[in-house]
Amino acid sequence: MRRALARIGHEIVERDRDLSRLAIVGIRARGDALAARLCETIRANEGVEIPLGAIDITLYRDDLTRVGYAPVVRESAIPFSVDDRVLVLVDDVLFTGRTIRAAMDALVDYGRPRAIRLAVLVDRGHRELPIRADFVGKNVPTAIDDDVRVHLVEVDGRDEVELFKAEVPV
Amino acid sequence: MNPQWSRRHVLDTDDWSRAEIETVLDQSRAMVEVLSRPIRRAPALRGRTVILFFAEASTRTRVSFELAAKALSADVTNITATGSSLEKGESLYDTARTLEALGGDVLVMRHASSGAPYFVARRTSAAVINAGDGTHAHPSQGLLDAFTLREALGDLEGKRIAIVGDILHSRVARSDIHTLVPLGARITLSGPPTLVPAAWRCGQPPSGVTYEPDVDRALDGADAAIVLRLQRERQQAGLLPSLREYSRVWGIDVGRMGRMRAGAPVMHPGPMNEGVEIDAAVAHGSRSLIEKQVTNGVAVRMALLYLLAAGSAALLEDRA
Amino acid sequence: MSFDRRPFEARGLLVVPGFIDLHAHLREPGFEESETIATGARAALRGGFTTVCAMPNTEPAIDAPGLVAQVVARAASAAGARVLPIAAITSGRRGAELCDLVELAAAGAVAFSDDGAPVSDAGLFRHALEYSRIAGALIVEHPQDLSLSAKGVMHEGSVSAELGLAGMPAAAEEAAVARDLALVKLAGARLHLTHLSTAGSVELVRRAKAEGVAVTCDVTPHHLSLTDEWVAGSRTFAWERAERNRAMPYDANTKVNPPLRSRADVRALWAGIADGTVDAIATDHAPHASIRKEVEFDQAAFGISGLETALPLVLGGVRAGWASWDAVLAALTTGPARVLGVPPPKEDWIVIDADAEWTLDGEALISKGKNTPLLGAKLTGRVVEVAVDGDLKLNEGHAAEAVGAR
Repeated sequence: MRRALARIGHEIVERDRDLSRLAIVGIRARGDALAARLCETIRANEGVEIPLGAIDITLYRDDLTRVGYAPVVRESAIPFSVDDRVLVLVDDVLFTGRTIRAAMDALVDYGRPRAIRLAVLVDRGHRELPIRADFVGKNVPTAIDDDVRVHLVEVDGRDEVELFKAEVPV
Repeated sequence: MNPQWSRRHVLDTDDWSRAEIETVLDQSRAMVEVLSRPIRRAPALRGRTVILFFAEASTRTRVSFELAAKALSADVTNITATGSSLEKGESLYDTARTLEALGGDVLVMRHASSGAPYFVARRTSAAVINAGDGTHAHPSQGLLDAFTLREALGDLEGKRIAIVGDILHSRVARSDIHTLVPLGARITLSGPPTLVPAAWRCGQPPSGVTYEPDVDRALDGADAAIVLRLQRERQQAGLLPSLREYSRVWGIDVGRMGRMRAGAPVMHPGPMNEGVEIDAAVAHGSRSLIEKQVTNGVAVRMALLYLLAAGSAALLEDRA
Repeated sequence: MSFDRRPFEARGLLVVPGFIDLHAHLREPGFEESETIATGARAALRGGFTTVCAMPNTEPAIDAPGLVAQVVARAASAAGARVLPIAAITSGRRGAELCDLVELAAAGAVAFSDDGAPVSDAGLFRHALEYSRIAGALIVEHPQDLSLSAKGVMHEGSVSAELGLAGMPAAAEEAAVARDLALVKLAGARLHLTHLSTAGSVELVRRAKAEGVAVTCDVTPHHLSLTDEWVAGSRTFAWERAERNRAMPYDANTKVNPPLRSRADVRALWAGIADGTVDAIATDHAPHASIRKEVEFDQAAFGISGLETALPLVLGGVRAGWASWDAVLAALTTGPARVLGVPPPKEDWIVIDADAEWTLDGEALISKGKNTPLLGAKLTGRVVEVAVDGDLKLNEGHAAEAVGAR
């Protein structure tokens, strides 16, 4: 995981040489921890402090009517202006793409970024919307019923990616 | 899934657990952030309808709920007493059936009779939020007061809060007690003996609450004060000698503020009678949280609307 | 057909004299949507009451001999319990002028009351008591100080404080009782105080009786079993420890005058039955059409429909050991007869299954008044047969529908 993040950090900096416009925004509740690590990696390698934000997308989900109780909304924190910035959205797993769509809708309510890019630790395929990642830690092909879970020290006490294969009915 | 929340209605906070109260306060903080964005709106309640049924006049609470509903992209319909069939003598029973036929997802109602929201909640399928019923409860005010105090003072465990004024007729006082005591605060009520429920005055106050008729003693060392509006009708009903005497004996001026802890804030649910229960200098002074209460009110009401309406009603267990 | 008690007793059922209800509202003339003399008289039988006294707060009030005669005639054709008319003390129950008590008695009135309201003018009440002495009439007073109870809609206490409802303090009843007792002593007359509800009231009557004052009193089954907590949604009877499932608060079926009081008050009423201070149990049956109850709590009419639920409620206190069955039975039969000054009817019998469990279904109530907080409650004890003047009443005709298979 450490190497993947280090590589992504390099790729981000390579792509957008002008670091003054860059900002990193993690999607709660694990993307924000990954975003913080990326910021730290870039600071260690480039000596530059990239503005860091966290966005909660619960209020923008398109599936709220299908859950029972209203899911917990966490506080978003974007302590900088997004106008004219290149935002790098960070999340742990890219799957259907709906979370990213919601995140983009939320970010647009903060202003008008120059560009939004996407960095994910794991891309497991099965997109339902036209969304693709710019920076990928690892491509993991999965069946649609499989489950991919990312654990992070900050949240779960350990760094681990688990892949659960769906049981094939006999 | 929100394991901390499973209520169908918000009628009163008197049976809420500490966890439920904290859930609303935490969600409210997230909503404060939404309101601080350039575009103060989120689509969570898009497609939902919120009906505001205010049979008792109120501008600030109604507007607060309206802003909250719109901030979550809900559609809002206003029904007020004037000019509606309610004014023409339609019974609450028929009004409830009309509201049911209108088919809102959430019904926010204010009414002059204690218990009216319970009556309506039994007869509609919408989620009901009580925006004030008679002298009984004003749960969103209790929650926003708790939120405001928690933001200002931090953990409320062990903090002493004075509530001063016409307690007997105050639904705000009752709701404040029901949110602050579970969070660990101790409440001192103060005001004229004729304006405190006899049962609370004579040794049976609710748990965590005491009555102190001397307001100076009540404010001594208090961590915060909530001042309640004194209505002129009370003096006319023979419950008070005069407003002038009330103001002298229980009115909160800068001098009385000095008896509280250094920096202890003052709050008021509004509207204020400046010069009667509270001095202008105090109301607009640096320790006043009154404007914060208004801002926080929208956030807290967003949290309540979200918790009640964002999920799927059909999947919710029926639990008031 | 003469009544034979042996087959019932062989089945383990209780056979006792028919109950006498000193206080019921049959609503006719004027409020027939809530009850009629016919439906009320049949509901009384279902509850085990073979005699019921009808209060005069009808429209018009029963304050003239012709109106008394009408009640008597209606009752005769009702095929239910015996209905004894009570006439008003003051004209129109307005509390200003005395009625012609002697003429009303001659027309059939067994007592006089402005019930629903007290006679607030103490001077007038004194005169009513003095006159009643000569007329040989029984005054039945509803003791309530209206200025103390003002806009109250329930008992004033910690429950009313929590619910934000205006309360009627116990003192509003006790101040009126004290006044009434002082006037009884002054006038040298007899007085019956109806539906006492507080510990203080019972104590005042106890002391007055010890002094030899000619006062009697009754209490209702709901004041013997329910508390002010029921307004807040409790459904736990006063003698129960374990909480039953709560109902929604502000149920207007719990709104009654005098209001449901505290557990301590209920206990004191039972102590009054046990030691004879309380002479009778009377239902204060107050049926209301739903339009008067399906409104905001503070707008709802006062009253509980009580004829058909009296027995299971009083049996609850007996089971809790708060008074003996004999004391309760006396309060339902010989006590009211003594208050009225008549011998109890010799051939009125009822058969009770004290252990029968049943659920109260509003549709099954014979009374038009479905306004009881006991709707849907599980109750124990019911009347299975009634004989008035030796004639079996429940097994014939409409009253039998509600009995159910046994």
